[in-house]
Amino acid sequence: MPAETGVTTHVSWPELAEIVGKEHLSAADTTDAIDGVAPQMVAEPGTDEDLARALRWAHGAGLKVAPRGGGTKLGWGNPPASCDLVLSTSRLNSCLEHAWADMTVIVEAGCRVGDLQKALAEHGQRLALDPLWPERATIGGILSTNDSGTLRVRYGSLRDLIIGITVALPDGTLAKSGGKVVKNVAGYDLAKLFTGALGTLGVIVQAIFRLHPLPRESRSLSFSGTLESLNQLLLTIQASKLTPTGLQLQAEQGSAQLDIRFDGTAAGIQAQVKQVQQIAGSVPGADAPASVWASHQAIWGGAVPALVSKFSVLPAQFAAVCAQVERVAEAQSLAWKVVGQSVGAGYARLEGNEQALRTALLTMRDQVARMGGTMVGLGCPVAVKRGLDVWGPPSDAQSLMVRVKQRFDPDRTLNPGRFLGGI
Amino acid sequence: MEAGILNEFRAIVGASGLITEREELSTYECDGLTMFRVLPLAVLLPTSTEQVQAIMRVCHREKIPFVARGSGTGLSGGALPVANGIVISLTRMNRILDVDLTNQRVIVEPGVMNLNVTARVASDGYFFAPDPSSQQVCSIGGNVAENSGGAHCLKYGFTTTHVLGLEVVLPDGSLVHLGGQTLDHPGYDLLGVFVGSEGTLGIATKVILRVMKKPEVIQVLLAAFNSTNEAGAAVSGIIAAGMLPAAIEMMDNLAIQAAEAAVHANYPNCGGLLLVELDGPAPEVETLMEEVADVCTKCGAWEIHVAQSDAERARVWKGRKAAFAAVGRISPAYIVQDGVIPRTALPQVMSEVVRLSSEVGLRVANVFHAGDGNLHPLVLYDDSVPGQDKLAEKLAGDILRLCIKAGGSITGEHGVGQEKKMFMAEMFAEPDLETMQLVRCAFDPENLSNPEKIFPRPRLCGERPGVYEPHPLEIAGVAERF
Repeated sequence: MPAETGVTTHVSWPELAEIVGKEHLSAADTTDAIDGVAPQMVAEPGTDEDLARALRWAHGAGLKVAPRGGGTKLGWGNPPASCDLVLSTSRLNSCLEHAWADMTVIVEAGCRVGDLQKALAEHGQRLALDPLWPERATIGGILSTNDSGTLRVRYGSLRDLIIGITVALPDGTLAKSGGKVVKNVAGYDLAKLFTGALGTLGVIVQAIFRLHPLPRESRSLSFSGTLESLNQLLLTIQASKLTPTGLQLQAEQGSAQLDIRFDGTAAGIQAQVKQVQQIAGSVPGADAPASVWASHQAIWGGAVPALVSKFSVLPAQFAAVCAQVERVAEAQSLAWKVVGQSVGAGYARLEGNEQALRTALLTMRDQVARMGGTMVGLGCPVAVKRGLDVWGPPSDAQSLMVRVKQRFDPDRTLNPGRFLGGI
Repeated sequence: MEAGILNEFRAIVGASGLITEREELSTYECDGLTMFRVLPLAVLLPTSTEQVQAIMRVCHREKIPFVARGSGTGLSGGALPVANGIVISLTRMNRILDVDLTNQRVIVEPGVMNLNVTARVASDGYFFAPDPSSQQVCSIGGNVAENSGGAHCLKYGFTTTHVLGLEVVLPDGSLVHLGGQTLDHPGYDLLGVFVGSEGTLGIATKVILRVMKKPEVIQVLLAAFNSTNEAGAAVSGIIAAGMLPAAIEMMDNLAIQAAEAAVHANYPNCGGLLLVELDGPAPEVETLMEEVADVCTKCGAWEIHVAQSDAERARVWKGRKAAFAAVGRISPAYIVQDGVIPRTALPQVMSEVVRLSSEVGLRVANVFHAGDGNLHPLVLYDDSVPGQDKLAEKLAGDILRLCIKAGGSITGEHGVGQEKKMFMAEMFAEPDLETMQLVRCAFDPENLSNPEKIFPRPRLCGERPGVYEPHPLEIAGVAERF
């Protein structure tokens, strides 16, 4: 794709102020920059109609727009080719309709995940997803980045939970797909298309989810041992009749553990705990605190500079991935740590100097690709990203993806350059 | 069709893979929805991805529209041929290519029957979760096209939940891989868009499926109520108690009569029958089954029975799964409808259905996937009475409108196809449909892949929705667009 030419002269910002309200348009400061690319202004429209109008205005003015929710994952993706305006969903933050008897919720994109969960818990329900930084992350943000957590082992990821979406396109169109019933095959599933699209096709303004009951009881255990033995235990548990809601493998220099969580009735949990202990045999295990399920978030903290990459492999390949990470880390003298869910997706953290991190990312990515998996450099200093695509090499569907982008956002108004293959 | 093109097709699939005789073509003139019939120019039966690609390249060059077809069991006319086009039947691509139980993956060709996937892995204790009632004969390719559901999707999700990757031939003949064996492939989730796109975006030639471990215990409870309203209240009670059963099915008296006549499922003769299946660890199922029985009793159930053996459970399900066909025992003709409503709207929608049905003077039998609000009203009529088919069609349509009004959907699992495309404009606004068309145009700019389906109005991909022009009233500040 061609390099962006930011059309930033002759911009009539008062027109935008009129759309979103003067007090909701402000000059950007350094904290608004994305990977060092600084926008000029931040707009916070108060309705989805205003957001669509603001986007249409920006598109008409030839500006480049970055949609933003809680701003917790703005560093994910490649640095933007250009960014003039941040379009914030912070004022679109309502939980519009919790139809608890139907177990669905309609929520605005700017609603924080934690706030939504609190509202749902009043009726004993939840969005069965535990994404990163729920106190700050918004629904639009987790959707755009396709974030998930430990619950996906049982409940799937966002694509399995979202049942409807409303989006604003660069030409100002507000479009819906899906609806508020769980079972629905009318029309194309745009909710899935926008999930994980990193805001490059349109701006999510509203979403509808199916919900699950909060568990009555919950109990977690951790087993420790060698990586290979724990990977084998993970596979044995998967092949058993146990129904854990969490199954997580953690590894770092010299230690490894397998965490398992059972939810349900007290009797059901007790029976399952007994069974898993039998299956584990001589592998030592003990009750674990609930905080063990925050490990996928904890891995984002630590010494810097650091690289957090997301990998996805087959469940049987966990130990192999960890071994690769360890080998690469040792070769580059980096500290390392891995947290993965039994579905095969996880994070690997490396700490050390930027040049070594960059080399490590490229090496690990190649090795994971050879195993048939993928690895994306999600969190890292801009210097590590320079000159490479953090998403990895494009697949044979890349030209199709480019055609989709061209249909939705032909002028590359939204987040230009941040997505796979320069989209 | 020109002889030259036919020869080209023959060279690709061989003489035995090309059908052009009128009598043989008539087998393909409709799918499970027999009210629409169109004879295609030819039917091709490829045996490999390469052959599918070669066929589609010719179609692309010659602008010949094509319709992919699996077993032809679809209920919305999704596999209805187009008069100036060909049908590509995938039934000969029916191999199970790989089974990897360690990672719970099975790779199949699109012509493999749904139930054959489970049959292949059952001895190791696994199953393929999507279970449309036609699962003995419907194909995985068809399931992918329609995003098929079934009774157990309440807990386990739909086809889209269990398809991890696809090999797809695009309408220009090129080959792409969407998703894969591993999760969260970088890039747009085109896999998620393709599943359920009813054959309008290309043809899937390989499908990577996820299979699941069979639960430790499966139990089915039957509860007899005086009315569907009482049964509906029990469904809400079960959900409110924080349970997620594997399936909750409901049948009204007419549907029960039909099922009894057909398969002798030993259902109690009642106004509303509930079938609740729980699965999971034995102690858990035991506890929850007692709670389900309590809820049912409180809501007025006068007979409750838990199927004790696998054989009894199978018989209970056989009655439910045979319900559509069974209606043939009590009526000369019928229309199967497929609408969805928020579960809580059930009493209100049901009473409206009763009102409409008595106004028109036609009987409606009701079979529901009650847990997720998916209604299957069966409108019974006599096709030997002139005009009654039209009345039935109108009643079926009015029931769909009730679903839309209640905030539901015009289809939960059968697809829009040919049958319901006019209702799309009632369920969605024009900008919604225009936006969906952007996807189709990215995949199939020539509109060759199952054209004329899903959308009420064909649209040329050259047309871009016009750049926004403010209306004079807007400029004057008198009106706003939104």
